[in-house]
Amino acid sequence: MTTPVHFTHNGRPVSLFTEAGESLLSLLRLKLGDQTPKYGCGQGGCGACSVRIDGQLRLACLTLAETVDGAEVETVAALSAPNLDPLQEAFMDHFAAQCGYCTPGMIVAARTLLDTNPRPSRDEVIEAISGNLCRCTGYEPIIDAILAVAAQEVSA
Amino acid sequence: MAKHRGRGTVAVNYPIGMNLGGDPSQALVHSNPEGQFTVALSSIDLGQGMKSVTRQIAAETLGVPVGHVYVDTADSDTGAQCMGSFASRGTHRVGNAVIAAAKEARAVMLAAAARELEVNPTDLETDGLGNIHVKGAPQRSVTTKDAANAAQFKYGESVSGSGIFLIPMSDVDVETGEMNTVSCFAHCAMIVDLTVDDKTGEISDVQINSAYEIGRALNPKLMEQQLVGGAWMGLSHAAYETTEPAYPSRDHRPFDFSSYVMPGPGDLAQHDIAILERPAPDGPFGGKGPGEMCANPVLPAVANAVFDAVGVEIDTLPITPERILRALKEQRGA
Repeated sequence: MTTPVHFTHNGRPVSLFTEAGESLLSLLRLKLGDQTPKYGCGQGGCGACSVRIDGQLRLACLTLAETVDGAEVETVAALSAPNLDPLQEAFMDHFAAQCGYCTPGMIVAARTLLDTNPRPSRDEVIEAISGNLCRCTGYEPIIDAILAVAAQEVSA
Repeated sequence: MAKHRGRGTVAVNYPIGMNLGGDPSQALVHSNPEGQFTVALSSIDLGQGMKSVTRQIAAETLGVPVGHVYVDTADSDTGAQCMGSFASRGTHRVGNAVIAAAKEARAVMLAAAARELEVNPTDLETDGLGNIHVKGAPQRSVTTKDAANAAQFKYGESVSGSGIFLIPMSDVDVETGEMNTVSCFAHCAMIVDLTVDDKTGEISDVQINSAYEIGRALNPKLMEQQLVGGAWMGLSHAAYETTEPAYPSRDHRPFDFSSYVMPGPGDLAQHDIAILERPAPDGPFGGKGPGEMCANPVLPAVANAVFDAVGVEIDTLPITPERILRALKEQRGA
């Protein structure tokens, strides 16, 4: 069954049709052309598709597209306009990406953490990204990057 | 029933690349009329930093800023041949090919600059900032952009170069069986300390201390990144990852991401790394490459530490709690 959905995508109102059972990830990537959320496992195990729905961290692969009607949906692309988010700068400074596939999801998860808890401990950072798999970095540079931004935003 | 601390050590001589059938890689370098260089490679960047390192090597050889170099690894069908990104060979083999290609392109650029300045090319030097000037007379200069432009529009010269680096095939001495399989070795020493719980079979509190000898760290941050991430993957292979844990039968093996076990950010080992630089005589600016050596030593070091802790030798990976408990049971029964 085809259902109309209206929501905001990175601040821009969009209206389109979704098929029954279609995931938000598929709608974002294939219908809206926003390929920043990645398809990793398709079952909520890797976090590569992490987005924010009304400010809450969600897995786009497990979210039915029709359920975001009326919601605000944000991908990592929302953070980089007009300037890079401090987290994106810190990920570069700390060499927190190798292949880069987990990076968009990591940054969305980290931004959600810092928005709700600006002064996280190391353990809280680990907890916040524990749903996001990284195969390359060994996580250390990612944790360091997030803690560096937290320190910088609190002192600013 | 108790927890036992154990220590395992490992030493590695790691061969860079392979030459049993010959091991060549090629690079093509050319400049557009703006003095912006492209390095065309078939060698693939898997995230290990091939693009960054070859870009640095090209810029250093050409004598231009890193920002004036773009590395294109787009297509192994249309690019010059490369054996591939494996065997920890990228920095060493491809880096040498890039140097050879960049030297040729630099010579054309300097020849054009020499004609512009009416001097001998051997009297010229680059400042690495985008200028070419007469040695000892920096005011007599031309930009690399103007030199590249003049070469193409005034003198009809292509500012380009091709390079290949080959480690030739090593024949076997029929009398002795001797052969020169490897020309360049990297090295590592590693100590792993961990705790084994003899009741649950679980490994915890892993501490890694390592020293890597990698020729020259052409990009120290990339080097550190690869060593940290690689050791994580080594630990993952040593103690976690398998498609075949059978509890109690093969039907219970993991079928997907959700049931395939890998260490997460909360399972990290503390890892202190020392990087030792002993430039390789045949390496690009002395570089060898950490490659697979960053992951490999963790596996035997963990196995040795488990043996030291509880006296069981596990020779099947991964070293899961189940395998440790089965071995302990056998040990008690014997």
